[in-house]
Amino acid sequence: MRFAEAWRVALDALRANRLRTGLTMLGVVIGVAAVVVLVAIGTGAKQEVESQVQGLGSNLLLVVPGKVSFGNAPTISPMTMSDVNAVSRVVGGRDRLTASLSSGETVRVGTASQYVSLLGVLETTPTVFTRDLAQGGYLTRSDVDTARRVAVLGWGVAQRLFGDRDPVGLQMDVAGVRFRVVGVFAKLGQSLGVDRDDEVHIPLTAAQRLLGTSRVDALAIKAPDGSRIGELGDQVVAELTQRHPGIEFSAVTQDQILGVLGQILGVLTGVLAAIAGISLLVGGVGVSNIMLVSVRERTREIGLRKAVGARPRDITVQFLIEAVLLTTLGGVTGMGLGIGAALLVAALSPVPAAITWWSVTLAFGVSAAVGIVFGVVPAQRAGRLDPVIALRTE
Amino acid sequence: MTAAVEAHEVTRTYQLDGLAVPALRGVSLTVPAGDYAAIVGPSGSGKSTLMHLLGGLDRPTTGTLLLAGRDVAGLGPADLAALRNRTIGFVFQAFHLLPRTSAVDNVALPLVYAGLRAGERRRRASDVLDRVGLGHRLKHRPNQLSGGEQQRVAIARALVTSPSLLLADEPTGNLDSATGAEVLALLEELNRESGVAVVLVTHDHEVAARARRQIRMRDGRIVAGGDPS
Ligand SMILES: Nc1ncnc2c1ncn2[C@@H]1O[C@H](COP(=O)(O)OP(=O)(O)OP(=O)(O)O)[C@@H](O)[C@H]1O
Ligand SMILES: [Mg+2]
Repeated sequence: MRFAEAWRVALDALRANRLRTGLTMLGVVIGVAAVVVLVAIGTGAKQEVESQVQGLGSNLLLVVPGKVSFGNAPTISPMTMSDVNAVSRVVGGRDRLTASLSSGETVRVGTASQYVSLLGVLETTPTVFTRDLAQGGYLTRSDVDTARRVAVLGWGVAQRLFGDRDPVGLQMDVAGVRFRVVGVFAKLGQSLGVDRDDEVHIPLTAAQRLLGTSRVDALAIKAPDGSRIGELGDQVVAELTQRHPGIEFSAVTQDQILGVLGQILGVLTGVLAAIAGISLLVGGVGVSNIMLVSVRERTREIGLRKAVGARPRDITVQFLIEAVLLTTLGGVTGMGLGIGAALLVAALSPVPAAITWWSVTLAFGVSAAVGIVFGVVPAQRAGRLDPVIALRTE
Repeated sequence: MTAAVEAHEVTRTYQLDGLAVPALRGVSLTVPAGDYAAIVGPSGSGKSTLMHLLGGLDRPTTGTLLLAGRDVAGLGPADLAALRNRTIGFVFQAFHLLPRTSAVDNVALPLVYAGLRAGERRRRASDVLDRVGLGHRLKHRPNQLSGGEQQRVAIARALVTSPSLLLADEPTGNLDSATGAEVLALLEELNRESGVAVVLVTHDHEVAARARRQIRMRDGRIVAGGDPS
């Protein structure tokens, strides 16, 4: 039998029983849509995290006390300003690094207030990290040296506290102490549901005085070139270990952070895809079931087709095409639904979603494969039917 | 000229729950090209079983069966299907037309398996429908046709591949006598004009009497009208 003819017959059979076809397809539709949506969300999250880590700047090395691994409680830092100076000699100058002391504090202007993440930093921060200013300037060396009470605000903080006014030169309250605003960062926006515009930068020394500590939480170093970054990290860690015997320090690169995050998100995406895959499998079992019913219902038709010259293969192919048509139609519908849902999720919620061609192709391929795998048993059963018995069936 | 069918000492035994049910106990029969034979006999005597064998729908348990000169024992299911397609036409008591399918497409069905293109299939199918007097019913579906018309569509389907043998198992069983007579007249005319061999099973003695020869069966054997030996 010609292939085109088999397609026509299969299409007719599906059309003859629209409701049943629709319900059977539903399982596949839901399965494929779930795969597409969940993979889109997983991939979107991964892409967003990657772009953020990369957006920090290039050739970055982060140095923190303790071991960097998930599940370890952060160690209270033993580092102070003198460690910062020592490390700056190791890396070849103060321009190459910045240090931070962070805390959550409430800032106030008149009656407006906001809880922000307060970072005490060095004036070198914008050269180490990529960070643009919208208004005013950044902290200066003398601000840090004299512990001047000046602040650079995140876009969101400036909006909340000052509204339409230009905040540069105006006063604000940080944990009860007066600070003068010298600059505002350019807008970064939200990502993964976290507002990235709620930072306030003040001189590290001013932060130490404000919080009553001489501590430095972390160092960030910009390596002069990417190939020597590991070596540089080892040197910094060696210096710090020598200054603080018995305490562990770790230096991690962007690539290492990306690697770990990528792994976690990759596993997450895999788990989501597997769950969706199971629903696709369940849809496949439904297809198999309906095909068996269809073969039974059409026993006489099969007998007649055989009597007029259909070979076993012709019948098997006919039913296999019917099953594949059923699942691929469901697959295409599910793809459309999944893409639509992913776009909707990305547009209406903070959850990112990135549609990847591979997940769409895979879902479609799998749905077609489901048709073959789950259609083959009913189709072979149809092909093997004894025409004499088939014709006698009422 | 090769005979349409030749059966030598053919038996057919069904297995029913481990029990052997002999439906044919040794039948020898030759249907020459252009023959017109009627098989008669009591219910359960093996008439339908024999028809299935003659049509290559089933295989004998023992004995030799030649369809269009070829031994079915040496043919696989696909070869046998191709042989049925080319050389045999079936007409069933219950018509067995595909529902939701027009008369012309029902008639064209065997040509699908012969590998013909759609246009050619339609053309031949309408020609044959014309010949059985249904040229004006091409687009009708089975449920829009009378019983007699449905059986004529089935006859057209049996003839569309120009087979050498037409097998009809009680073709008038589901029809009233007037309509049945029309269908039989059509079969006779086709046999006479196109030379297709016809073997039909009937319970009606008048019908049987009009055939060129009568084959009488009882208990899985031919008791009269078999091959002149
Ligand atoms: N699939 C089967 N399994 C077991 N026994 C069968 C099967 N088909 C037919 N038989 C038996 O074989 C015998 C012959 O049956 P067959 O259908 O050939 O009779 P028939 O002469 O056509 O009868 P009728 O005039 O009633 O149609 C019967 O005894 C029947 O019960
Ligand atoms: Mg019978």
